[in-house]
Amino acid sequence: MSIASMPPASDQLALEVKGLSVEFPTRKGVLTALSDVSLTIRRGEILGVVGESGAGKSMTGMAVLGLLEPPGRVGGGEIRIGGKRTDNLGETEMASIRGRMVGAIFQDPLTSLNPLFSIGQQLTETIRLHAGGSKVEARAQAVALLKQVGIPGADERIDHYPHQFSGGMRQRVVIALALAGNPQLIIADEPTTALDVSIQAQITALLRRLCRENGTGVMLVTHDMGVIAETADRVAVMYAGRVIEIGPVEDVLSRPKHPYTRGLMGSIPALGARVERLAQIDGAMPRLNAIPTGCAFNPRCIEAGSRCREVRPIMVAQGKGSVACLVHDGGVQ
Amino acid sequence: MRSARNVLEVDQLSRVFDVSAPWLSRVIDRKPKRYLHAVQDITFVVEKGKCLALVGESGCGKSTVARLVTGLYAPSEGAILFAPADKGRGRGKPMEAQMIFQDPYASLNPRWRVGDIIAEPIREFGLRSGTEAIEARVAELLRTVGLSPDDASRYPHAFSGGQRQRISIARALASEPEFLVCDEPTSALDVSVQAQILNLMRRLQDELGLTYLFISHNLAVVRHMADRIAVMYLGRIVEEADTESLFADPQHPYTRLLLQTIPDVAAPNRDRELMGGEPPSPLDPPAGCAFHPRCPVATGLCRQTAPQVLARKGGGTVACYHPAAI
Repeated sequence: MSIASMPPASDQLALEVKGLSVEFPTRKGVLTALSDVSLTIRRGEILGVVGESGAGKSMTGMAVLGLLEPPGRVGGGEIRIGGKRTDNLGETEMASIRGRMVGAIFQDPLTSLNPLFSIGQQLTETIRLHAGGSKVEARAQAVALLKQVGIPGADERIDHYPHQFSGGMRQRVVIALALAGNPQLIIADEPTTALDVSIQAQITALLRRLCRENGTGVMLVTHDMGVIAETADRVAVMYAGRVIEIGPVEDVLSRPKHPYTRGLMGSIPALGARVERLAQIDGAMPRLNAIPTGCAFNPRCIEAGSRCREVRPIMVAQGKGSVACLVHDGGVQ
Repeated sequence: MRSARNVLEVDQLSRVFDVSAPWLSRVIDRKPKRYLHAVQDITFVVEKGKCLALVGESGCGKSTVARLVTGLYAPSEGAILFAPADKGRGRGKPMEAQMIFQDPYASLNPRWRVGDIIAEPIREFGLRSGTEAIEARVAELLRTVGLSPDDASRYPHAFSGGQRQRISIARALASEPEFLVCDEPTSALDVSVQAQILNLMRRLQDELGLTYLFISHNLAVVRHMADRIAVMYLGRIVEEADTESLFADPQHPYTRLLLQTIPDVAAPNRDRELMGGEPPSPLDPPAGCAFHPRCPVATGLCRQTAPQVLARKGGGTVACYHPAAI
């Protein structure tokens, strides 16, 4: 076994999630929102997490941040951020980890910032909370951060309030806030969805550069395959609360192995060529309380056989990635 | 410009919104009235059975055009003509244009059954008489958009986003329009559902001979749907051409910027060179060509005078002093 193919030592991993499940107890019984989710992110690596609404991609990010909405709870499995186990920590301990070990960037930059404080006040507060130091030092650091995320005239802009910034600039401020605690991992949940395309490209390029320079791992949660194709190093595809395919971005996007990933890729209109009819996956993703037995995708799958309705596929290694599909694991009949 | 083949002709259309502060505040602060030029002097035609797409970023005025065309806003200047002649609108006359909105959760009345939602235009315009005839028509419309006639008795909350958008399409088709204005019809949907809706819209176009004005910020979707594309920037059309020509040979620097920045799954450009800058506020647009602060080929002329809309090499129009100068 060569060194390159050895599994990375756990201290090189920004994030390690093993067999994670998230459940919501309800009056009608326990709903399982995530089951058996396993993934890793190395330092300096961007892992894209894609899937349709309700697939559990944001839920995975929230579970890692320890921000599951009650009554949601981690039902099993392990989460390690930078080698430290975090899924069993209490709220106080988790609060001290958020920002310092794991940062977050959410979709809407306007709701992530406090409208009543200048961005300088918000940045220096965050910096002093994590690193201490005097106000003057923190302010100098805040200006440096704003320059790093590409805000022109940072010395002056630091005293402005969030409403004085455009959407793209606000998202840069949010990225600066996420970087303020110098975390090993950033959870970016649809960071460019609210932005226009020309701004979106600027923000994803910024994320790539910063994570490479600082050695920060990024979990990039998005439904936009184009963003994934241009930003991520590896990609995990989720369906009905499970990871169904994971691997290097070029493999998963250009040679998808799971029938769902293949359908998803076919349904995206391409810029290169015009087709008469887009490939479509009929039907919709099942609700959490009505996930079919066997493979959750079997009712929509064109390749499904009798075994798919009985056996739930597990992730098996395929090339450089892995996939959960019986087509690749013993056949469908 | 006038032709019998055109379903819609829009001539030098403008729309101005008064966004002044209240009268008293203006007097105290000695501030003048402020106007927002949402749409300025735009001209285009849509041929029968074709699809014209308006693309551009937020705030460029594309949704205002949709609302002007459907009569939800009155134009400040210019004319909107539907073929064969402007029949005029009003109660009792079916509109030439119907609209499909972006958000299928906000555009359907949650307290009405789907059957009533679709039947309303039929009743309002008196297109069928008698309950049975109306019910039969509703069932037919539901089948046309790929739903079951039984769905007429259910409420919108029982449907997913994609199914709701199908209901919106059925409602738009109920008054038998020739012309549909689709304002970002798939932006709120997941990609696999988006493909279903786009396929449905293409099929309806073929079967019913519909004409579309398709508004979207997603160039990949636009390329799939449109025969012609008009690119808007800050209230003006900067380039208009047939789809293939626009993608193969974009001549306005803004069109080039847009085409360069869209992430493409098939050919990801991971080390792109980025053109900087952001769209300026439409309240305070730059003098001359509105794009000049972001434009790599801008000259003194661009900073002073807005360019005229000129004939474009390869067909269509372009509003730029230095087309294809990069």
